[in-house]
Amino acid sequence: MSDFWTDVRQIASEVKAPFVGLKTVLFKLGETKTTVSYPDYRRPMGVRARWRHVLNRYDNGMEKCIGCSLCAGACPANAILVVADENTDRARFSPGERYAVRYEINMIRCIYCGFCQESCPTGAIELKDQYELAEDNRAALIYTKEMLLVPDPNRERVD
Amino acid sequence: METLFDSEIWKQIFVYSVAIPEHPDITWWAHVVRSVLRLAVGIGFVLTIVPGLIWLERRLLSWWQGRLGPNRVGWQGLAQPIADGIKLFFKEDIIPTNVDKTLYIIAPAVALAPVLYSVTVLPWNGSPDWGAVAPGLNIGILFLLAVASIEVYGIILAGWSSNNKYSLLGGLRASSQVISYELGMGLSIIAVLLMLGTLGTQSIVQGYPFDPKTGSEVYIQVGDVLRNGQGVIEAKNLTAGSAVSGYTVYKHAPTSTLLDWNFLRLFPFGLIATFVYLISMVAETNRAPFDLPEAETELVAGFHTEYSSMKFAMFFMGEYANMLIVSAIAITLFFGGWLAPLGFLSQLPEATWTVLPPFLVSTLNALIAGFWFGIKLFLLICFFILLRASLPRLRYDMLMKFGWKGMLPVALVNLALIGTSIAIQNRIDPAGTAIGAPSMAAWWSGQLIAWGIGIALALVLLAFKAAQYNARRRDASSTAIVPIRRAPVATPTAPSAATPEI
Repeated sequence: MSDFWTDVRQIASEVKAPFVGLKTVLFKLGETKTTVSYPDYRRPMGVRARWRHVLNRYDNGMEKCIGCSLCAGACPANAILVVADENTDRARFSPGERYAVRYEINMIRCIYCGFCQESCPTGAIELKDQYELAEDNRAALIYTKEMLLVPDPNRERVD
Repeated sequence: METLFDSEIWKQIFVYSVAIPEHPDITWWAHVVRSVLRLAVGIGFVLTIVPGLIWLERRLLSWWQGRLGPNRVGWQGLAQPIADGIKLFFKEDIIPTNVDKTLYIIAPAVALAPVLYSVTVLPWNGSPDWGAVAPGLNIGILFLLAVASIEVYGIILAGWSSNNKYSLLGGLRASSQVISYELGMGLSIIAVLLMLGTLGTQSIVQGYPFDPKTGSEVYIQVGDVLRNGQGVIEAKNLTAGSAVSGYTVYKHAPTSTLLDWNFLRLFPFGLIATFVYLISMVAETNRAPFDLPEAETELVAGFHTEYSSMKFAMFFMGEYANMLIVSAIAITLFFGGWLAPLGFLSQLPEATWTVLPPFLVSTLNALIAGFWFGIKLFLLICFFILLRASLPRLRYDMLMKFGWKGMLPVALVNLALIGTSIAIQNRIDPAGTAIGAPSMAAWWSGQLIAWGIGIALALVLLAFKAAQYNARRRDASSTAIVPIRRAPVATPTAPSAATPEI
């Protein structure tokens, strides 16, 4: 007979269980929600997140890119086009002999692997954390040098 | 100079009341206009609130699941159902080949229409002129039960006409679930009928009145002061002394409280009826945790698999409208309708009735009653959504077992005990029981005997179950050696053939 009453207690606890569940869920109203309100708040990416490329400059404003094409060679997707030219005394874009006249990355072909960043001898090409790159036509996703270059730190600022 | 408000047309439609004997009889065309206006209010309310319910469900369910719901489309996402409606409207309306065209097209309508019919008897007010789409209909609950049974046809037709065996099975399961729980629902509704003696929805909320001799609805005359199960009811002409100036007359119960509502009526029996009804109403609307027919083969959607665009929208809307209607029925039957938990909050204080103009008093009283009704509706809908958020789905056989072996016997025994209690009360104090206010002696005698029978039945059931359980346990743990009939096995001759084999 004692086993019967144990099982009655078991059944009673089973009947009580849905109410306990209802109460638990009810109190979840007071907890903060885990949803991130995306456009109002963008979660910070990891420090080595690989998204949009940028072409860096030195502090004196010169471009770091020397047009060596190592990035184009390393790219597994053939997404980079580099056309180099010589720096002259009159028109000097980068310290050293060469600079990149044309530097284009096809962001659709790019697989964001970071090989170009690893292979760059000067640290010119880097993948940063801007990931909102969507466009609705292919032409707009071929990024040119002007789009990729970081702004000149010594430019005239209107502050 | 006669303004619009003094014209006979205006007075016929808005001023005269069926409940005040001094007012002239209302012509037939005024009745028609009033009916159309009440219908507009009722149906308009339901169809307007359904998108709101969709929004409420998505957001509240999301909050209970620890996420935000849709909050971008309008302010707080309120335009999301509109966006969903527009999307559904522009979707292609596919009619599969070889479906039974007629049935396929009318099935959503058959599922949705009875829900809208049910709106007619649900009261948001005590007024005999403007309280419901059909105020004072003294067979309200019967009408509801009849109409609720028609909804099942929509499901069956949808499943059958879809030319899809999974839809058919889903439809059959859904319809069998609905009719199984309709029994429990009907029995708990009859429990209320037994306790109150009337089928009229407005009377059920107010606990009165019906004429015990004829069983028909009675309009209390102006000036009547009665005591019923809920408190004092008074009928008032809003500007006393003037025969044709009151807009409507409300019957409220200012001294009633939450304890007078029907769910606490004959103490445990009303509560049991309420629980049976609440569970059955969730099963009726195919909501979680009883939503197996909708979500079972989760790739296909049961009986409405083959439906797209507007027909699917009608099923969808029908489900939410049904939720609203069964909640409204629950509130009317068990939770005091439009009355506030503290009765004096149900209407404007009487002191103001002579100060303010009569139409303002009527309108404000109507708004207050509607407000309380709406609050209770809102809470019940939130309860529906909480059930969906927290309980796992019942498997189909568990669902049927629960309906037939759980709800039905409980509701039936409950009904029998209520009947016993009321019969005894009636024997001791017939006059008081007839108006719903039995004397203390009568009430206690009836209740004690009913409790005694109930406890005795429960003990008998427990003892029976215990005996069954013990018998099974004894069988399972017995160590009796039972010879098993087995074909003789050829044993190889062994050197130990001399030892006897067991």
